Amino acid sequence: MTYAIRAEGLVRRFGATTALAGVDLAVPTGTVFGLLGPNGAGKTTAVRVLATLLAADEGHATVGGYDVRRDAHRVRQLIGLTGQYASVDENLTGTENLLLIGRLLGLSRADARARARVLLADFQLSDAAERAAKTYSGGMRRRLDLAASLVGRPQVLFLDEPTTGLDPRSRNELWDIVRTLVTDGVTVLLTTQYLEEADQLAGEIAVVDHGRVIAQGTPEELKAKVGGQVLAVRPVDPADLPTVLAVTGEVARATPEVAHQTVTVGVSDPEVLPAVVRRLDDAGVRVAELALRGSSLDEVFLSLTGHRAEEATPTLEGSPA
Amino acid sequence: MTTLTATASPVGPARRPGVLAGLRHTLTLAWRSLVQIKHNPMELLDLSVQPVMFVLLFTYVFGTAISGSPGTYLKFALPGIIVQTALFATMTTGFGLNQDLTKGVFDRLRALPVARWAPLAGRIVADTVKQAWSLALLLGVGMILGFRLGNGVAGLLGALVLLLVFTLAASWLSVLVGVLVSEPDKVQIFGFMVIFPLTFTSNVFVPTDRMPSWLQHWVEVNPVTILADALRGLLVGGPVAAPVGQSLLWAAGILLVFAPLSVRALRRRV
Repeated sequence: MTYAIRAEGLVRRFGATTALAGVDLAVPTGTVFGLLGPNGAGKTTAVRVLATLLAADEGHATVGGYDVRRDAHRVRQLIGLTGQYASVDENLTGTENLLLIGRLLGLSRADARARARVLLADFQLSDAAERAAKTYSGGMRRRLDLAASLVGRPQVLFLDEPTTGLDPRSRNELWDIVRTLVTDGVTVLLTTQYLEEADQLAGEIAVVDHGRVIAQGTPEELKAKVGGQVLAVRPVDPADLPTVLAVTGEVARATPEVAHQTVTVGVSDPEVLPAVVRRLDDAGVRVAELALRGSSLDEVFLSLTGHRAEEATPTLEGSPA
Repeated sequence: MTTLTATASPVGPARRPGVLAGLRHTLTLAWRSLVQIKHNPMELLDLSVQPVMFVLLFTYVFGTAISGSPGTYLKFALPGIIVQTALFATMTTGFGLNQDLTKGVFDRLRALPVARWAPLAGRIVADTVKQAWSLALLLGVGMILGFRLGNGVAGLLGALVLLLVFTLAASWLSVLVGVLVSEPDKVQIFGFMVIFPLTFTSNVFVPTDRMPSWLQHWVEVNPVTILADALRGLLVGGPVAAPVGQSLLWAAGILLVFAPLSVRALRRRV
């Protein structure tokens, strides 16, 4: 198997913060690889190192077989990058933005113009082609941003949280585009804090937390790893939450979590459910909702990191002020 | 698969961008900065209307009070207004850079196979074009109002070159501010807070001997005064060698201090 991206032991510190604490990655050519983790996990830093924007303090990485430090210029000829913010020039039109990139990549004026026209049509931006990008909606900007990173027909595409802040429709459109790209043979490294997104797009996922890869595998493997199921209990009276926590923790022999007044706990033994029901009944807790469900990636993340992806405190990532 | 890729690019990608390619990148990026004006009329306003307004207002409102007649005052003030406009215009370098940094455009450019120095060089080329435009506009309006070149084309070219050299150096201060502040608007605030008082406490608008004596000490060493004197010498007439020499020294000093600081700050930020 050939690998479009390989990283070994990447370490990057920003002052006292360790953004990457030894990251190894191997992304097979032609696949979508998801880096999943909360804000501040080190995803953006990893992408910036792989896209030659940031030097790692330790370790090394290759993209398309070229070292990202020594052969940065070669790597740049193979990659496309779409960052967390739609990094288009707001004071240029859609066409001008793509022309700029095309010309910088060495295309002739005519070729750059033709390429811009095709991409704008592909991304349903033809009607807005001659308008300044600052008049675009969020979804349109993201599409233009993605189009800009495709001008050079990259072999490897980095998508850093490409759908953050997008409405569901724009998000689905973007997912479709990514799927099309992969059928064209592009390798995609995708970072996301949306577990669903990784599940939808990525063939393989690395779960990142505090600068480390804490688990890796296909979405199915990760779900299987956590084993089984999740028990969710919501008491009628929120005052009963401590009791529910105590009971579920004791019976399931795991650490339960509270979110939205619902207690969830991973269970592997089918006997847990009736036992919990009996104990709650004995304690006089009235239950509004009680469910046993298959573990989603959400729960995978919870059981791997001990905290929820969404609840992580946002911290500085990638670029220190 | 491996064979396919190998045949697709037999030579493999280039290891480094060539100098010619770098120059082409620079021109493309300069084009970008200039074409932006089309979609941002405010910038055109800054570059054109504001300096012309200054010339008209100062000439006709203060001209008689300060110099006895608008015509005499114009001869005195226009070179200084050119300096003031040029210094304000250097702030667009930092403003644009900060916009690129905060909007992620800078990262996009750095992830492209583009010469490392091209993004900054492109900005500087574009800003030089803008400076030349402002100078031409101010002189044109001045001529209509009765301003005459005292040293012909040679003096004009000398003034243009000196102005470009000085603003090139001064734009490093702008780059530093652009890298250090968190949002583009703060670059403009800085420009207003620093360049505004700096140009008013010079002899741009009012002759030094009309100011309180404590202020005169500062006005005499203010680099804006020195550059304004140099432009007066070149465009109108009078001493040239001393103010031009001192202006170049100031430019060198500013460059030596702020270029390394800016590059260091930029390395830290990205």
